[in-house]
Amino acid sequence: MSVFPYLVAAWVLLMGLFGVVRSRHLVHTVVCVSVTQSSTYVLLLAVGYQKKATAPIFGQADPPGSPVVDPVVQAMALTDIVVSATVSALLLALVIQVAKRHGTVVPDELHALRG
Amino acid sequence: MSTRTRLLVFAAGALGLGAALILAMLRIPDFGNDFHPYRDATVAEALHRHSPNVVSSINFDQRGFDTLGEEAILVAAVVGAATLLRRTSQPRPPRPAIASSSRPPLLAATRLAGYILLPVTLLIGADVVVHGHLTPGGGFQGGVVLATGLHLLYVAGDYRALRRVRPLVWYETGEAVGMGAVLALGAAGLAAGTGFLSNFLPKGTSGHLFSAGTVALFSCAVGIAVGSGIVVLLAQFLDEYLGADEGAR
Amino acid sequence: MDGSASALPPLIVTAPIAGACVLLLLGRIAPRRLIDALALVTALATAILAGWLLAATGSGAVVTWAGGWHPGPRFAVGIVLVADRMGAAMVLLIAVLATTALLFGWRYFDTVRAHYPALLLLFTAGMAGYALTGDLFDMFVFFELMSVAAYALTGLEIEEPEAVQGGLNFAVVNSLGAYLCLFGIGLLYARTGQLGLPQLSLALSQRGPDALVFIAFGLIATGWLVKAAAVPFHFWLADAHAVAPTTVCVLFSGAMAPLGVYGVARVYWAVFDTVLPAAGVHRMMLVLAVCTALLGTVMCVLQRHIKRLLAYSTIAHIGLFLLGLAALTPEGVAASAVYLAGHAAVKGALFLMAGILLSRYRSLDEVRLYGRARQHRVVGAAFVLGGLMLSGIPLSGTGFGKSLLEESAHSVPLTVLVIAVSALTGAAVLRVGLRVFFGVGRPPEPAAEADETTGAHETPDADTPPGRIPVTMLAAVFALLSAGVLSGLPGRFGREVAAAAAQFCDRIGYRDRALSGAVPVQSAPDLTWTLHGTILGLVSAGAAVVLALLGIHHRNMLGDNNSRPAAVIAVRHGLHRLHSGHIGDYAAWLVFGCAAVIGLLWVG
Repeated sequence: MSVFPYLVAAWVLLMGLFGVVRSRHLVHTVVCVSVTQSSTYVLLLAVGYQKKATAPIFGQADPPGSPVVDPVVQAMALTDIVVSATVSALLLALVIQVAKRHGTVVPDELHALRG
Repeated sequence: MSTRTRLLVFAAGALGLGAALILAMLRIPDFGNDFHPYRDATVAEALHRHSPNVVSSINFDQRGFDTLGEEAILVAAVVGAATLLRRTSQPRPPRPAIASSSRPPLLAATRLAGYILLPVTLLIGADVVVHGHLTPGGGFQGGVVLATGLHLLYVAGDYRALRRVRPLVWYETGEAVGMGAVLALGAAGLAAGTGFLSNFLPKGTSGHLFSAGTVALFSCAVGIAVGSGIVVLLAQFLDEYLGADEGAR
Repeated sequence: MDGSASALPPLIVTAPIAGACVLLLLGRIAPRRLIDALALVTALATAILAGWLLAATGSGAVVTWAGGWHPGPRFAVGIVLVADRMGAAMVLLIAVLATTALLFGWRYFDTVRAHYPALLLLFTAGMAGYALTGDLFDMFVFFELMSVAAYALTGLEIEEPEAVQGGLNFAVVNSLGAYLCLFGIGLLYARTGQLGLPQLSLALSQRGPDALVFIAFGLIATGWLVKAAAVPFHFWLADAHAVAPTTVCVLFSGAMAPLGVYGVARVYWAVFDTVLPAAGVHRMMLVLAVCTALLGTVMCVLQRHIKRLLAYSTIAHIGLFLLGLAALTPEGVAASAVYLAGHAAVKGALFLMAGILLSRYRSLDEVRLYGRARQHRVVGAAFVLGGLMLSGIPLSGTGFGKSLLEESAHSVPLTVLVIAVSALTGAAVLRVGLRVFFGVGRPPEPAAEADETTGAHETPDADTPPGRIPVTMLAAVFALLSAGVLSGLPGRFGREVAAAAAQFCDRIGYRDRALSGAVPVQSAPDLTWTLHGTILGLVSAGAAVVLALLGIHHRNMLGDNNSRPAAVIAVRHGLHRLHSGHIGDYAAWLVFGCAAVIGLLWVG
């Protein structure tokens, strides 16, 4: 099926969002945010694929002129992956502090900000 | 809102969003098609600039401004995490010190594997960074390999040894230096008259170490920044949970 | 275009980053004063460069192809930075607010001394990059940069439980919005194979729009609207403003949230104008604008926590900025731009004054602070002036923007809405000012509601010493208020904004400037105060005063529970419960809102 990879990306996106909505543990929430981001990688890389093409790196085996997949989406995805690891770390640092100050990591039990 | 209401609101939204996404997917070009105009242009430009790794050419040359922004995000995230996990005037809650005798015994095989793989990994990481313009790799990937390679010391059971090779000042400096080096490259491009962050060095012959102009330099700068940044980041978290064990810094 | 001017946009984006790097290098060894001075000098340099850029745009724009990658004969590979007049003005606003924020130091601990100014500078760089870039993925990158720095800045007071919870709510919701936007960018790339705004505009105008383009725009707009805190994506803003340091709030309300509105406008007018049917876009923006303005106003009036009150009034005004965009005309864009500038000045001054209250009295609860700030008459007068300006009094930037908005709306119900929103939010601020600084009315009995944050006991930002209010803070307050007044004076400002707005809405012009350097010719209407606008401004200011006094003297507003009708209590209770601080709720509304945005864009 030629739309299957895209549907997978959409599914992962919705699953990540569902995870954040019904999460009962803040670390789980942060991981679900990460899952949501990985759906964008699936989409980008699926968009860039071409049948019977190889990696966009030329050398002995693939002389210039051979068909390659789209390197632009790969460039976008790879910088994003590394950076998102650090952003997730930032979110986890916030979770650690929430755990310390509120004594809990269950979203239902956080009552400091209301109204 | 109660849990039920929350799920109802989400369900309504997810139905709508899901339907929209399926509708969009039905009109998207087929998976594996060959309509990639941006690819054709970037491949041609990369080959023109003697950079066989087109992804690196995009990251460090053609769309270098994006990479500068991404590196800044990394620095911001690391600095942010360090700020959020900083020591405050409140004393840390005392953690029960885990005596060496009560730790589960570390397999000698694990220890050996860690010590042997450490120099190999660091070398591979350096190779990935330096040869980023020739073979798959680049500053981002290599930096992550370097940073996590260093932490093989921790896996091999020796947190004290890790802390000895990891005086945080070096790595905080490394992060700032890596970012600053990219900015300096950009300014050098301006000074050379070809524009900010332009590739003004001679391009050499394809496939050689000294080719593709500033791509390799940019890649190394990013590698230093990413590697140092991730070491600092991991240090914050490790110190948070292990620092009390080993005593104050 | 002058060659040297094209170096300015990348320099403006990278100067703050360079400053941050220097601060990080010197952080452990330099004394505090040097760090503060370096940060301030960097921000000032950025502001000067931004002023130079605005002057260099002249009657056109400064176009920079980063890396010297000028467009080739068939394809443009590089990233373009297009500084048109609106973008350059936005960058100047950002830089000036950042300089104001860095005037006030922060008491920090030795190991992370330089981190707060470094984060602020990175935040500034992110905002500047977002405003200047002409590439959609680059917009996303700088959006992430400004967001990440903002998350850390919000949670800065890690010893406060509210601060870290507010920071986490902000971080999760904004990240999800950003990833929805990236999904949309991916869909658009699949269709067109382009990432730059001018190139996208060219590619999309060659084929008609279809469902994919609608949905991609809907997703991208959702991401930016989450940052703009439009309803139903607005929940995070009050939380973040309640807990972030005061000077950071100045930047959030004055620059960061309005940048979301700017982003939607930029993407629409640079790419999708005349590609998407205007009816759908108009309907989507109108519905969002009205809902945001109404909900923001109601929540603003119901607040006791002063910073949350100001945050909800920001949300209400964001609704009004969106209303200006909804007209889909250059007049509407000009109205939003003027209103944005005036609002940034006034809201900044109000937040600084809230910070003064916090540091003197360790509380931000309107009820507990009743009459306690009587000795600060000057600050009180400034607060009242700020409230009047917020309500749209003539001769203020906010008033000017409001009158332009009413004219561009061309509809009586919308004019009534605009007057009501500005009068009610102004009344809320006036109510606080009169109660706290002048002790007007009877002391209210604090009926502590279990479902709202009162701000009764807060710890200060720790950046102002006890005792007299520092002169710099008062000077900053009055400088901001003066800027608010100056932007409302009839004269050149209106003309310049009109010309900038006409240029902003010219999709073909934007594209041609970027891709081929052509300079299109434009005419711009003259925008100035009208008699009609002046009268309505006086009406809303008067209404604000009346409503404020009503709010103070009428016992039902904040009196005991028994005297209020059950329906009012139920609605009030429901609204407070809706804004629960629970991250799952916020995410659910995000998904719902995204589906609603896409649905509203749909035209048969």
